[in-house]
Amino acid sequence: MNGDGSNTYETPQPLWLLAELTYRCPLQCPYCSNPVDFARYKDELSTEDWLRVLREARELGCAQLGFSGGEPLLRRDLETLVEESRKLGYYTNLITSAVGMDTDRVARLKEAGLDHIQISFQASRQDVSDYIAGTKSYERKIEMARTVKSQGYPMVLNIVLHRHNLDHISEILDLAADLDADYVELANTQYYGWAYLNRDQLLPTREQVERAEEVANRYQEYYKGQMEIFFVAPDYFDTQPKACMGGWGNVFLGIAPDGMVLPCQSARDLPGITFPNVQDESLPDIWYRSEAFNRFRGYDWMPEPCASCPERFNDFGGCRCQAYLLTGDPARTDPVCSLSPDHHKIAEAFDEAAERQAQEEAQPLVFRNPRNSGKVTS
Amino acid sequence: MSDAASNLDQQAALTVASGFRFQWEPSQSGYVLLYPEGMITLNDSAAEILKLCDGRTAREIVEALSTQFPDADLEADVLEFLEEAHERGWIQYV
Repeated sequence: MNGDGSNTYETPQPLWLLAELTYRCPLQCPYCSNPVDFARYKDELSTEDWLRVLREARELGCAQLGFSGGEPLLRRDLETLVEESRKLGYYTNLITSAVGMDTDRVARLKEAGLDHIQISFQASRQDVSDYIAGTKSYERKIEMARTVKSQGYPMVLNIVLHRHNLDHISEILDLAADLDADYVELANTQYYGWAYLNRDQLLPTREQVERAEEVANRYQEYYKGQMEIFFVAPDYFDTQPKACMGGWGNVFLGIAPDGMVLPCQSARDLPGITFPNVQDESLPDIWYRSEAFNRFRGYDWMPEPCASCPERFNDFGGCRCQAYLLTGDPARTDPVCSLSPDHHKIAEAFDEAAERQAQEEAQPLVFRNPRNSGKVTS
Repeated sequence: MSDAASNLDQQAALTVASGFRFQWEPSQSGYVLLYPEGMITLNDSAAEILKLCDGRTAREIVEALSTQFPDADLEADVLEFLEEAHERGWIQYV
C-alpha cells in the first residue's frame, strides 16, 4: 500500500470501540483524558441506546471494546452491556479505578462474560496515590487487584507516569509483580486536556524519563514470559510523532457519555468541528460519511512538511490535539516532529516548566472535578 | 527443526491460553486471537492448528492434521508453530 508514494486511501473498518459510559468519577486525577469541560455534559445515553450502538459498532467491524469513563462501574447497567457485548463477539475490557468495585460485582461481571479488567494505579505508595487520585483509594485498588486475579481474569495494571512518580518505577514494578499482573502499562502523561493544564507540574526531566525506561527494560528482561511490561514514552521527548489513534478515523471509534462520537477521546476539545451524535445518526453514516471523521482522514488534508514526507503513511501527521494546543491550529504538523516549523514549542515547554519549578511558582495541581471543570471553561 | 520444538512437551494437553480468545472474525474474513486490547490475525494454517488446541496434545494435533491433509508432510511445521505459540503465550498446558 502506498509503496508508490501516492495518496491512495480507502476508509478502513474500525476495530476499537471505546464506550465512555459516564463522565462521573470518584477520582480527580489531574491528567484525566476526559475533556476539560466535561461538567457541561450531564446527559448519559440510556441502556437501550448503548445496546443499539454496540450492535452497530460490531457490524461495522469493531472487535475490541473498552468500557471506560469516568468510572464505568457507576453505571448500574454495566452487567447488561457486558453480557450483550460478549454475545455480539467483542473482546470486552473494563477500564476502571476499582473504586466502587467489590468481590460480588467482579464475579457478576465475569458471569456476564467480561474478558479483562484493567485497574489504574496512580503510584506505588499510598500517600502519592491518594494525593494524585484526589481521594483515598489505594487500599481498595490493592484489594481489588488481588480479587480480579483470583477470579481468573487476565490482569492489566495501568500507571500514568509523571514527575511525581517516575522515580519510583522499580517500586511500581515490584508492586505489579507482587499483584501477579499479566501486563503492566507504564503510560507517560501526554499533555492534552487536564494534563496540559497541569503541564508545569507534571512534566518530568529528560533524565527522569531515561532512568525510568532503563529500569523498565531491566524488569522486562527479568519478568519475560511472566509479566509483560510496556513503557510508553511521552511525546514531548520524541522527535518523530506517534501515529495518534492509529490515524484519525482509521481504527478507533470513541463514544462519549452523551452519545457524541469521537475519533479520539480528547478530540472534543478541538475547535471548529461539530462531532456527530448517535442519537441523531447511525454509526455507519457517522464513520464513513460525517465531516468530522473525514476531516483528518488519509493524507490529502496535510500541510507541509507532512504532505510530501514519506513518514506520513506511518505517523499520519501525529496528534491533532497536540497540534492545536501548541499552535492553535489542529491541522498543522504535530510540533513533536523535528521537521515541524513549530518544534521549538516543545523546548519552550521544558524551559517554562523548569523555570517555574525553580522559582517555585508552579501552579498547584488542578484536580479533575466538576468545580474545576466549570472554572476552567467559563 | 527438532531444536525449535524441543521446549514443547509433546505429550501435554494444550489449550488456548486464558485471557486469549480464538474466534472467527467476519470483518477480517478470518480467524483471530483476541487478548487484552489486542488482536492477532491468523493465516489459514495457524487457524487450523489452533482449532485443535482443545485439550489435545501436540502429538495428537499432528496426527489429526496428518489425517486431514494426508498429502502434506506437516509435522515439523506444526510443531514449530506450536512451540512459537506457546512461547508467545497464545497457548498453554491444560
